[in-house]
This record gives sequence, structure tokens and C-alpha cells, in this order.
Amino acid sequence: METTREIVRLRVNGDLREAGIPPHFTLLETLRYGLGLTGSKQGCDKGDCGACTVIVDGQPTLACITPAWEAEGREVVTVEGLATPDGPHPLQDEFDLNGAAQCGFCTPGILCSAAALLERDPEPDREAIREALSGNLCRCTGYAKIYDAVEAAARRLQAQVGT
Amino acid sequence: MKSDKYLNDTRLIGKPQRKIEGLAKSTGRSVYTDDLTFPGMLHGKILRSPHAHARIVSIDTSRAAALEAVHGVITGGDMPVTDGIVPCTPDENPLCLDRVRYIGDGVAAVAAVDEDTALAALELIDVEYEELPAFFDPHDAADADGSTPYIHDPKKEGRNGNVTKVVHLEFGEVDEGLESADVVVEGDYFFEGTTHAPIEPHCAIGQWDGAGGLTVWSATQVPHYLHRELARVLGLEQARVRVLQPLVGGAFGGKSEPFDLEFCVAKLAMVTGRPVKILYTREEVFYAHRGRHPFHMRYRTGADRHGRLTSVDAKILLDGGAYASFGLVTTYYSGQLLCAPYAMPAYRFDSTRVYTNKPACGPKRGHGSVQPRFAFEVQIDKLAERVGLDPIEFRRRNFIGSNTRTVNELRVTSNGFLECLESVERASEWSRKFRQLPFGRGVGVAGSTYISGTNYPIYPNEMPQSAVQMQIDRSGRVAVFSGASEIGQGCDSVVAYIAAEELGVPLEWVRVLRGDTDFTPVDLGAYSSRVTFMLGNAAIDAATKLRKLVQKAVGQAWDVPPGEVLLAGGQALWAPDTSRQMPIAEAFNLAEAAFGTLGATGWYNTPKDVHGEYRGGTIGASPAYSFTAHVAEVEVDVETGVVEVQKIWVAHDCGRALNPVLVEGQMEGSAYMGFGEALMEEHVVKDADHGRAGLHNAPSLLDYRIPTSLDTPALESLIVESIDPEGPYGAKEAGEGPLHPSIPAIANAIHDAIGVRMDRLPFSAPHVWRAVEAAREAGSLSKPAAPSSAPARRARPAAAEAVSAD
Repeated sequence: METTREIVRLRVNGDLREAGIPPHFTLLETLRYGLGLTGSKQGCDKGDCGACTVIVDGQPTLACITPAWEAEGREVVTVEGLATPDGPHPLQDEFDLNGAAQCGFCTPGILCSAAALLERDPEPDREAIREALSGNLCRCTGYAKIYDAVEAAARRLQAQVGT
Repeated sequence: MKSDKYLNDTRLIGKPQRKIEGLAKSTGRSVYTDDLTFPGMLHGKILRSPHAHARIVSIDTSRAAALEAVHGVITGGDMPVTDGIVPCTPDENPLCLDRVRYIGDGVAAVAAVDEDTALAALELIDVEYEELPAFFDPHDAADADGSTPYIHDPKKEGRNGNVTKVVHLEFGEVDEGLESADVVVEGDYFFEGTTHAPIEPHCAIGQWDGAGGLTVWSATQVPHYLHRELARVLGLEQARVRVLQPLVGGAFGGKSEPFDLEFCVAKLAMVTGRPVKILYTREEVFYAHRGRHPFHMRYRTGADRHGRLTSVDAKILLDGGAYASFGLVTTYYSGQLLCAPYAMPAYRFDSTRVYTNKPACGPKRGHGSVQPRFAFEVQIDKLAERVGLDPIEFRRRNFIGSNTRTVNELRVTSNGFLECLESVERASEWSRKFRQLPFGRGVGVAGSTYISGTNYPIYPNEMPQSAVQMQIDRSGRVAVFSGASEIGQGCDSVVAYIAAEELGVPLEWVRVLRGDTDFTPVDLGAYSSRVTFMLGNAAIDAATKLRKLVQKAVGQAWDVPPGEVLLAGGQALWAPDTSRQMPIAEAFNLAEAAFGTLGATGWYNTPKDVHGEYRGGTIGASPAYSFTAHVAEVEVDVETGVVEVQKIWVAHDCGRALNPVLVEGQMEGSAYMGFGEALMEEHVVKDADHGRAGLHNAPSLLDYRIPTSLDTPALESLIVESIDPEGPYGAKEAGEGPLHPSIPAIANAIHDAIGVRMDRLPFSAPHVWRAVEAAREAGSLSKPAAPSSAPARRARPAAAEAVSAD
């Protein structure tokens, strides 16, 4: 009784991609098992933990409760799409420098939430960061080093804008 | 340049460093088990018991096996060997043979082309059960008389089969110590169970080569023990079983024994001849559990009027759930790890672990000792109040010291507990706040100790506990083969730091091959906070052997003594005049020419002569102990019962911080986890009054509440370095110890805020509100009195003055 598959077309990290998926697949399942983009993680399968967070049209979005077809015609950015040929995104570099990723499993989702935050608020204070990350559970860090990393990345991005 | 300055500038140890896999993690390149797929891979699912306690009358899998695209169906009879992580207490099977013991126990498994088909196949498996009366309350389980079936058959005729372990140990004159005390505090405490909730669910993949060779990839924190158990249960040669451990997305003790999915993917791969993956749902993670045991505790603690402990008496009932797991160790740890950082002349504990028809409990960060530490540190707070002492001063007076033995004969080496106390006292501005903040606000303090690994492995043997193999080549690269388990704590980076430090190469030139039992020497796993201490010493051992060869070869070339050759900062240098240098790769070439291809193994084994000579005296013995003190500041709303923790100051004696960023991360993560257990987390199984008995109350990350960024208080880490004589560069553990004091520090802060004692967890709004209402009725809802400046000067009472729990 192998499940019937249908073709979904998605624009992911700038590329137009097609995948044959069962009709009930979520955006997360499509990214991970249809397109091989395994950076986005499944922690709970019901929208509770935020590990699956990707950016859809600029908004942090829970890919595990977004039907794949809802993402058609939109711009999807995953953790794999944050870096550029010049190097990692400042958030990615600062997460490493500050010890903000321990096991690293929540990290892709947190980075997507943080990247979307910095797009709409380039100089967030700590309260704004706490608010923006409140849908992403981290079980390792106690969040302190994550705040440090986001603040450091914001400063770097601001310095780049200034030059 | 002076060589001292050069070495200071080039040293890695003790300075902030990147983790070797840090950028891979933040760019989405790192690979976890569920990220792997293989050609022809099948998806497995496990059928789970809907009953808390039942006999399996029959299982018919024929309809499932006949479904198109189903390739394999297995039941308990396909793997009839009993397993269990502690070799002397095996009591479970990968899939149940004839009895289920909790809702969620596995009874059959299928492998199919996709998940949908596997789920459909589960629906077609017909199981006939005969339900049995179940035990949900540990007291009922302990009092059972055999009129209904015990959860497991008794080991001896006439015993209660629900009792899994009893430990009774007594040191010194306990009753005399209580009788002679000026003050005795008695209290009953309850620690609700909690679970690990790593963000990565358990996942495993099995692959069979058709000729006796099995490979299993798993999100485990104990690949070596998994390796052994797979071979034993499946009847394979150990040398033909390979366990691979991709990066692990958090564990905290929740992946420290073999689970049903690992046996099932292996057996299904053997049956189908194809790779098989099983990924737990989040609900299955909650039912798999092995988390912190609920503890019912009664403590009697005596002190003299000067605030010195005279005696401690504990009685503990552990609610173990359906299987033994690590329960034998948990039962010992419930008492054995309490005997520092305070000196106690007499101590007795009487601990009983019972089975109940609930998900099995096991080890969670701070295994077995977080619960008694909560009770004991609240007892200390009550005693300090009784004798009129500031609770920090009370703790100071009872400090056990360094290079000593505890009352239960454990050897303590370095001990920075006093510095920890002073550190949190100063940073929190304790003396300005304690008993002086307005009603509703308060501060509390607590201390603790924890092991840096256990001196004895899970299965008795004399072999090293940890080992690495290291090789250097002509490019200057250093390859390290490490069997240690990277679960986020940074052990792969620690071996790389040590290799770079000892061999003088840049960190980026070190490669760590890890997570593969075929190619790395044995390390016993990421548990008991053992890894930095043991792996670090093993890495120093291996690197030192190689360094000596390089020093010798360069010394010959320069015609100087080898001891004058330094390896640092990518160079070999002559210590008396560091302008004489040689690139490190050139030095390695000289050494390879002189001595042949360069590789070395290094290992570490624990001291075996530093424990008490009594049954159980080896459990709790560790090569070194860490120490921690916390101060928590809280605000309590007495109208709603809501407790807000504003800040936790965490001072931790980790011996030496090899990378302070990683140590702070462990301290903050520990304090966060303790905070969650204090205020929010409850791993509760329903009883008949609250729904279907045996069902998990909240098997999701929405309903089982772990702290979000908005819940978590400000955390301030204060590293204390006592430089342990046996630790690598003086290091001890940092991963578990700093959790312990969070909970009692918060409890004691609530008392300071409103005069109410919280003796049961969690301190959630309903529990706090009820305690507030009781205090209001009793007229005791008020700021407690400040301690007198001098020790209480009462006449010594004729008999001990018993004080019941508030």
C-alpha cells in the first residue's frame, strides 16, 4: 500500500526545487526527506518545540505544521540558506564563538527565528530577543549564551551597514 | 622572547575556544541519526501496549505481514534474551514476551517501505490481553502481599516482587547523634519525577550484511554498552557488531541504556536484509522515559547550638516504574552522594526502590542525588534558622575540607566549596538582601557536590575506562581516534584542545574521528560526568608519548637536551632562546624519520583503592568531586502563588576550566534545568481519579512544560578553580553538579520571601498557593525573623527538641 506521491514545487534558498511527496507531507518532511535539506530538525512533530523553524516570506514559520503545498509560490529559507559564498552568516559565526550551540539540535530553528528578528529589528534589546526566541525550546544552554550570540551578531551586522 | 611569555600567548587550555564542530552545527551541516538515509531503507514502527499491566494471551501478526510493502514483522519471541543496563539486574526484553508492565511497553514491530504503511500494519496486529491489577502508587507497591500478581516475579519465594532494591547503610552513631543534638529538624519531602526532554527524539538505523555483520547507528550516549547488549541479545559475535554514533541532539541521561528501537532496527534489518530506521515520536520519548525517579523522603537532621551537624537520618522510597534500568545505582546514589560538602559525624540512609506500572525511571543529570540534595539543603536551611545562624555561615561551619574522607569513606581531593560560597555571597549581595528584602521577595542559598565519573564500570573489569589513539603525520596534522560520546557537552573539542596544546599545532590541524566502535578505542560513555576527567587524562597520556618523540628528534637535530625543546604555537622552539624555531611539521618529519610512523595510544583508569570496605562502598567513589553553591532570588505573588525566579548565581568548582565558554555553558544549562524542575516540570502518570490510569499526563512538549526563553531567569556563572591533583590540567566535572542546588536554593528563597516552606515539588502556582493559604490560616505568612548576630545562646535542652516540618 505504498503511499501515492505528488509533485510539489518550492523555492528554497533561492533554488526552484521539485519533490515527489505524499499529499499529507509537511514542509519539514518535504525539506528533510524530499529535498535532502536535513538542517531543519524535527523535535516534536506538532509545533511545540521550534526546532523545525524556517523563514517563509520573511516570517519565522513552523515547518512541521505547515503543509508543503502552502509554501508553494513563497520564498523559503532554511539554515542551509543563511550562509553566503563569503562565509557563514554572522549569527552562525557568533553562535560558534559564544558557545550558543551545545548539542546543536535546536540551533537551526533558533538561527532562523533570530535571522528573521534581525531583518525586522536590526538592534533588538535583550527583551526583544527573548520574545523572538520564545517559540524555540533549547534544552542545553539556559539561553544565556544564545542572547550573547544574537547581540554580537547584531553589532556585526550594524557595523557592516555602517561601513 | 622569554619562553614563558611565548607559551602563555600560544596556550589553548584555559582560554575561550571554538568547538571543533561548532560551525558545522550552526550552518546545518552536522549529521544526526535521522539525517541519514540509505538505499532501500525501510521504516519501522513499534506496537505498544494500551494496558498498564496485562498478560499477553496471544499475538497474531499474519494480517500485518500480508500487507503489501510490509517486509518484516517481529514480536518478543524473536528476541527472547532478557536485557538490562546493569548486568546483575536484567529484567526486560526488547519486545515483551508474555506480559506488559506499562502503557507504552513494546509488543511487536514492523518494517515497511514507508511510515504510512508501517503504521497501517500496526493496526493489523491482533493482540489478546488479559488485564491485571496495576500498581501506580509506590506505597501500595511496597505494601503488596501477593494477592494480585507482582510486577515482576520475586527473586526468592515469599518476597515482595515489587521491591527492586533495598539499601540500608549506617555510618557513625546516628541515634546518639540525634539524641545529643541541641536541635533536631524532621521533614517529609516529595520530589516529583521529571524527564530529560532532549530536543532530538531517539532514532536508530540497523543494517545487516547478510553474513553475520551488523551495523547500528544510534542517538545513544553509551555506544559501548549498546554494542555489548546488541551482540548478547541477538546472539552475534561482538567483533561483528559495529555501533556508530552520529552527533547526538541532547541526552541528559535519557539515552544512556539500550532502548527497544535499537534492538528492533537490528532484528528487522536481519529479517528483511534491508536497512531499517525507527524514529520515536515525541510521545514515545516520554513513554521511554528513564528519567528522574519520584522520591518520597523523610529526613531527621541534628545540629549542636553552634550550628555543627551531629547526625543525619534518611528514609527514602523510590518510585522506579516498570523496570530496573539503572535503579540499583539510583538507590545507592540516593544516599551515598550526600556526605559532602558538609562534615557529618553520623549518617544513616534506608532506601527502597519499588516497581510501579509506569514508564521506567533511570538516570537524569545528577543521577539519584538531586532529589535528596533538595531535601537536605532545605533541612540545613531550617537548622540554620533554628540555631539563629545565617545559612551561608551555617554551611561554612560544616565545611568538610579538602584531602579528606567523608563519613561513608569516600576520598575527597580538591575542594573549592568555600570559594563557591563566598563567590555567590558576594555576587548576589547576600548580606544586603537575606531577610531584608520586602515581604514577597527573598534570597536562598544551597550547596552540593557531585562525582567526576564513577571509579567502577557497569560491568566489572580491570581495563581502562577511557582511551584515545593519536597519530601525527608529515603535514603537521594530528588525528585523534576517540570513543567518547559527544552529546553537546564538547568532549570531541576537549581532546582536540589537548592534542593541540601538547603537540604545539594549531587547533584547526587536529581531526577527531569519533563515534564508531570499529575504529576507536573503548570509552564507556557520556554518563556520571566522567568524560572530561577520564578522556582528558587519556588524551594527555597519548599526546605526551608523541611529544617526547618529537622533542627527542628535534633535540638531536639541534644538539640540545630534549627537555629544552618546546612545542607550541605551530613551532618547535628552544626554551633558552625562543628565536631558535622550526615549523612543527618539520619537527614531525624529523621524528618520523628517526622513529618511524608516529602513533600512540593513551588511556586512563580510575583508582580502585579509595572507597569504603563495605557492601556498596564502591558506589559513589570517584577520582574527584566537584562542588557548587547557588544563590537564587525570587519574587512570590501570594495572591496567585506564582513564583518568579529573577536570578540564579552559580558558583562551581570545576577544578580547572579547560575552555571557560564550555564550562559556563554547562553551569548555565544545569541551573536552567534545575530551575525547570523546581517550578514547572512534572512527569506524572494519571491515576484512576484523573483519567485513564497509567496514561502519561502530558506526553508533549506543550503540556510537559520546559522553560522557554521567557521563563528562564538571568543566570550568572562564577567559575572556581581548585586545580585537582589527578584531573587533566586540574579539571573536574561541570556537567551535572551545577544542577543540584538550583532547586533547594529556590525553595529557601521562597521561605525568605514569605515565610512558607515548600517541601514538595514543583513549586508551581497551585502548590504554592495552597501552601500560602495554609500559612495564612496558621498566621505564619510573614517575613521570617533575621538570624541573631551571635550563635544562639540557649541552655542546652535536656532532650533533643524536635521540630516538625513547617
